Order: sequence, then C-alpha cells, then structure tokens
Amino acid sequence: MLSRVAENIYWMARYIERAEDVARLINVNMNLQLDLPKKVRTGWQPLIDITGSTKLFAELHDNSDERTVVRFLMGEQQNPGSIISALIQARENARTIRDIIPREAWEQVNDLYLKAKNDVQSGLSQRGRYDYLRSIILGAQTITGQLAGTMTHDHGYDFLRIGRNLERADMTTRIIDVRTATLLPERLGDLAPFENIQWMSVLKSLTGYQMYRRQMQVRVNRADVLEFLFKDAQFPRTLRHCVGEVEDCLRHLPRSDELRKTTAQIQETLESLDTSKFDETKLHKMLDKFQLTLGDLHNQISTTYFSLERKPPAKAKSAESGSGKAKKSA
Amino acid sequence: MAIRWRDYQVKGYHDELIKGGGRARDGARGLCTYLRKLSDTDIQERKAAADLAIHVMGVTFTVYSQEGGSIDRAWPFDIVPRVITKHEWDRIEAGLRQRVKALNLFINDIYHKQQIVKDRVFPAEVLADSRNFREQCVGVKPPLGIWAHICGSDLVRDKDGTVYVLEDNLRVPSGVSYMLENRLVMKRVFPELFEDYSILPVDDYPSQLYDTLAALSPRQRKRPEVVVLTPGIYNSAYFEHAYLAQQMGAELVEGRDLVVDDDDCVYMRTVEGLSRVDVIYRRIDDLFLDPEAFDPNSMLGVPGLLRAWKSGKVALANAPGAGVADDKVVYAYVPAMIKYYLGEDAIIPNVPTYVCMDKQQRDHVIANLDKLIVKPANESGGYGMLVGPQATQREREKFARLIRRDPRNYIAQPLLTLSTAPTLVDSHVEPRHLDLRPFILSGQQTYVTTGGLTRVALRKGSTVVNSSQGGGSKDTWIVDTEAS
Repeated sequence: MLSRVAENIYWMARYIERAEDVARLINVNMNLQLDLPKKVRTGWQPLIDITGSTKLFAELHDNSDERTVVRFLMGEQQNPGSIISALIQARENARTIRDIIPREAWEQVNDLYLKAKNDVQSGLSQRGRYDYLRSIILGAQTITGQLAGTMTHDHGYDFLRIGRNLERADMTTRIIDVRTATLLPERLGDLAPFENIQWMSVLKSLTGYQMYRRQMQVRVNRADVLEFLFKDAQFPRTLRHCVGEVEDCLRHLPRSDELRKTTAQIQETLESLDTSKFDETKLHKMLDKFQLTLGDLHNQISTTYFSLERKPPAKAKSAESGSGKAKKSA
Repeated sequence: MAIRWRDYQVKGYHDELIKGGGRARDGARGLCTYLRKLSDTDIQERKAAADLAIHVMGVTFTVYSQEGGSIDRAWPFDIVPRVITKHEWDRIEAGLRQRVKALNLFINDIYHKQQIVKDRVFPAEVLADSRNFREQCVGVKPPLGIWAHICGSDLVRDKDGTVYVLEDNLRVPSGVSYMLENRLVMKRVFPELFEDYSILPVDDYPSQLYDTLAALSPRQRKRPEVVVLTPGIYNSAYFEHAYLAQQMGAELVEGRDLVVDDDDCVYMRTVEGLSRVDVIYRRIDDLFLDPEAFDPNSMLGVPGLLRAWKSGKVALANAPGAGVADDKVVYAYVPAMIKYYLGEDAIIPNVPTYVCMDKQQRDHVIANLDKLIVKPANESGGYGMLVGPQATQREREKFARLIRRDPRNYIAQPLLTLSTAPTLVDSHVEPRHLDLRPFILSGQQTYVTTGGLTRVALRKGSTVVNSSQGGGSKDTWIVDTEAS
C-alpha cells in the first residue's frame, strides 16, 4: 500500500468521523440547554472553546448566540472544524483513493457531502436541526458500515480504523468536556437533580445510554458515567475501546513495535484512573491531557508510515505541517 | 407527444439518426420509435435519472477557474445515444488499425534510421522544427518496437457522409473513462432499450488496457506491478486516471510516490517500505516526466525516470517522444506514411490539409482565410484556433501575421460541416454537431474500442466539442442490425 494512499484513507476516516462527532457535539449541547433551567443556561460559547476554535470564531463573529455558533460548527467553510469542512476534506481524500475504496462507498461520501451542503439551511433552523444532525450521523454510519462490509480488510482498512478511532477518542473527550464546561454552581441544592440529567444527555449523544444501563446496571451518575466512558472495553465510543482498536490494527501492520508500546502505555494510564476523584476542573485538565496524548500518537503514526523517505526521517517534525489538514488544537 | 421526428430539421447536415422527412437511419429505427412514444414527463424523468446517476457516481471533470482554484463540474451528458451500424464500424475499425500501425512504424523509424526522411517521403524540415521530437529518445528500443500504446483518434463526418480522421492524439489522450461511464448511465436510465437492441459492449477496455500494459513488463512475472502515474487531483482528467487505475486494479501513483534508486529501478513508497514498479501508464506530458532529463522545474515528475526507461528497467506507456507524430503538420503526411510503410491506401481519409510551411499552400491559406479553419500544430483542447468563416476581419488579419511569422506552426483545413445527432433541449430534440474519439491499444495485439467517446457541441450551431468549452457527450452505440 502506498504511503500516500494510507495517509489519505486515514484522513478520510478521520474526517467522516469528525463530521459525525461534531453533529453529536451540537446535539448534546442542544439537549443540555433544553434540560437546564433558564437562569443557569451556559449558552453556546463553550462549544467553540472545546473545539479549539476560540480565536478563529472571535475573528469571524461578534457574538456567540445559538444561531451563529451552530452555523459556525455546521456550515461555515472558513472553520476547518465544521461539519461541511470535514465533509469537503473527507471527499477530497476519498477522491484521491477512488481506486482503493469500493465505488459505493465513494458514492456515499459524495452523496453525504452534497446532502449536508444542500440542507444546511434547514439544519440551522431549530425545527430542522435534529433531523439534519441525525442525517449526518446516519450518513457517516452508513459509510462506516459500507466500508466494513465491502472493503477488503487489508492494511488500508487498518489505517481506516486507526483514523476513525483516534478521531472518535479525541471527540469523545470533547463531548465529555461539554459537560464540564456547562458546570453548574457547586452545591446548588435545588439544581442537583439536573446534574444527572445532564450526564444522561452526554450518554445519549454518544448513543451510549442504553449500553451504559446494561453494562453498569446503576442509575446515571457522574462517577459511573466517567468510569464507563473512559474504561469500558466493549462500548465502541469509549476511550479504552478506541485505543484498543488502534492497538489491534497496529498488530497487523509492519514496523509497529514502537507504536504498540505507546498504545499499551495509554491503556495502562486509562486503567489506573480513579474517576470518582475528579472534580470538574481536574476532569477538564485530564481530558486536555488525553487530547495531547492522542495527538502524539498521531504524530508517531505519521512518521512511521506516511512520511517515508529514503533517508531516515528527520526527528521532531511537526505532524501536520503543510498538509493543510491541521487538526484543531486543544 | 414531445419528440416529433417530422419536425426535426436535417437540411444541410448529415444527421446520425435521421435521414430527413423524419425517417430513421438503419440501426436507429427502434431507438427513434421508442423516443417518439415518450411523453414530456417521461423524457424529463429519464433526464433527471441520468443527471442523478452522474451526480451520484461523481463523474466530473475539472476546470481551472480565474481565481487559481479549480472546480469540479458534473460531466454534461445527453441521453439520446449516437448510433453507428456494425457494418460501417467494421470498416472504420480496420482504418484505425491501419493508421496506428503506420504511426508506430513512423515513430520507431524517426528515432532510429529515419529512412522515411532519407527517402524524401517526409520532409526533414518538419522534423527539425518538431516541438515533440525528443533527442533523448534517439536509439531507444522500447518493447515490441511500439511507442504509442494508447492512441485516441478524432473522427468527424462531413455533410456527404464521409468519415475523416481529424487528428491523432498520441501523447496522453483522455476521455475513455467517460465512454465507459456513459454506458453505465444509459443502462441505468434505459434498461429496456438494451433488452431489445443488439448493442455491442464497451466494458472490455480496462482489461484490454491492463493486458497491453502488463505485456511490456521488463520482469517475467505473473502479475507485474503496473501503475498509473497522474499529475494529481487538480488535473482536468484526474477522474479518469483514478477510474482506470481502479478498473485495472493498478496503483494510482503521483510523482512523489516514486523514486529511482541507484540500480536504475523504479520504486514506490509503501507502508512496507520501497517496492519495485514494472510498467508505468503515465498521464503526464513528456516534459514533466523527469526533471533530470526534461524540465528541471517539474514538481510532477520523478528524477531519473528517463534513465530507468532507457536502461529497460521500467516500461513507459506511451513511450516518451511518441508525441512526435502528434502534430498537426505531421498529420498531413499520415496517408503518405501508410503508403510508405504498409503499401496500402488509407482506409479512412484525412481532412484535406494545407501545410503553411509550403509557400504555395501558405499563400493559398492566407488568401482564403475566410473559408478555412487554421490550427496551431501543437495545441489541443481547441485552443488557439481560427474559424475563418465566423471570425472578424481583425482576427483574420492577426492570423495572417501569425502564420507568416511562424509558418511551421500552422495548418489550415476547409470547414467541414460536422454531422449532427438529435440532442435533448428542454423536452424536444434539436440537431447538434458532434465528433467521435475511438481509442486504439497497440501491443502484442491491437484493440479498438467499440465506438468510442462521442462529444457533442451543446450550443446551437457550435462545432466546438471540447468539454472545457461547452461540449458534452453521448453514449455511442455500435448496433449489429443483422443480429437483432
């Protein structure tokens, strides 16, 4: 498999996953806003901070009302982290590897991009939003399913899974972060019931509520939700599971010894976390740290497989320099 | 009823489907009857279905925009097919085989003994001024002595029904993927027609192409490593490069994926490390292929590639230098080449061509600019042309100056009245001019596509069929009237 092709597959998967997860991110905030009493609603600015686009957003917009933020995250092409930008990038990457992915998958990527572009107006209206986000999530899942069912499970597929799972792990930390950012004033007696409702929203936006109930067999509460989202090995959107998937793919790939040391380390760290001890500030820091760790893992993968030179690759090369695909920073 | 053949005007043209008086030609009868029975709504539905199929399949071509970016346009496609009987096609196919055989003998001769020049059949000064002659290729012996493995020749039909060769594209001819996709679209939109008709299939091309390329491999292997070399996703034909690579199961590579090592072999960068390449179907022009041998500023090419090719460690298709025969002045001599190398008369005639290098012919051209089409020798895509009868006096004067300044670079031809075919305009049909580009593969065997890509000028009265200038395309049916 060509290094360049591996890289394109990897990024295609990341961008498709990103589009899906940004849709989930908007969803969770939308539900949180609806669940909270009016006086303590935290608004939409936190989403901008969490996606690392504070500066860009400030350059483009004066206020962070719902409509502006949602448009920024959904349809604004100047925002490289918007759903539409992610789909444009996914499509561009897919275009260059049309000889590798099944034709139907390419058609679906193309189709999802066109649909997302054409329907964006209805996605901006409050009434149309749920359907719009749902169609993005479903479209992305269709591509994922199609690739699972029709693409040869060779090295290319390994890179696809690596891309998807790294992005998913990263975005799961950000979705949890939405919750920490909409922090309620501590010990506010009459608001306590809302906290658990909020965690339920987080789970639901990850399609994890049902799975949580089955797995944990307790009612929704903070410590258990975190325990689940960090450490559960079976639910496909937890950190533990995503890193495990990456590890599994690396096992099939040549020259992966060093990389597997890194993933083993991440798994160990996850295992040793005591989630019951996190207050909101600590949790936020923890999530930041994980985002950086995942970024390092990406860099290592990139140096090993993508930037292959005849000479040994230069060290300390910034990962996405010049590729125009820069990941939003935490 | 939406399509009334009786109202369809074919005066002054040869129409591919209709004889006049609304009567269909042989091979088109079933089609015309079928179309006549469609209501406005039916037609719009078929059209929408075709547009949707093209949209979903992502069939695009790239156009460079003013701002320096590039945009993808959906491939403009007309749902009314162009029909040619198998009987007529058999003769055209024989003519193309003959022509390409002579062209390959010519190229090989030019890079070796130049016997055709010594025998004064082909003028030395045409060669001396050729922009596509590559000194670097002199004496090279490509496998099987073949230089132009893939050729796309443009055919046009004049008002009396005669088919002419308009030009031969021997460098990196494109369009074959659209021929294949057009057929897929038609099968989705008009499945019932394919049941009743005996339409010869076109789908074989990618496997024929693969076999042609694989036979060039310097290493004897069951499955040689064949790659398609593309300039990248911003090239106007990128869609086709990706498409053909996918259909052949070959890697689609860019220059930066390849490296020539000290052993003169070509390798590609893979996740496993470096891996050897046997055959390169290159869709990059000669001058960009190798910055060491040609343009040192090329970012698209692979340093050392020509060296690797000359030492026989890798095969290139088409061979560098094959473009020497892809020149509108050289074109004028193809009938003479056929006579010279094969001892035969050309089966498909050339369009009569005035070579401006010759004083007598030049004077005739300049005196008759209002009747002729003037073309530069080395441009493609319909750029830099003068269509005399439609030009202003000023434009004609400009071309007279251009021709005097650089006569070697211009030829002139009479304005043919290109044939037409019914083309959908809203819910009825109007005649639009078209041409045909068949593709010819040369290797151990010669293979000619069944039909080819029919390009149609969608603007009323226009004869410019290039997709970059408002052209579209149609599916081309070779119909076996005896079998149906």
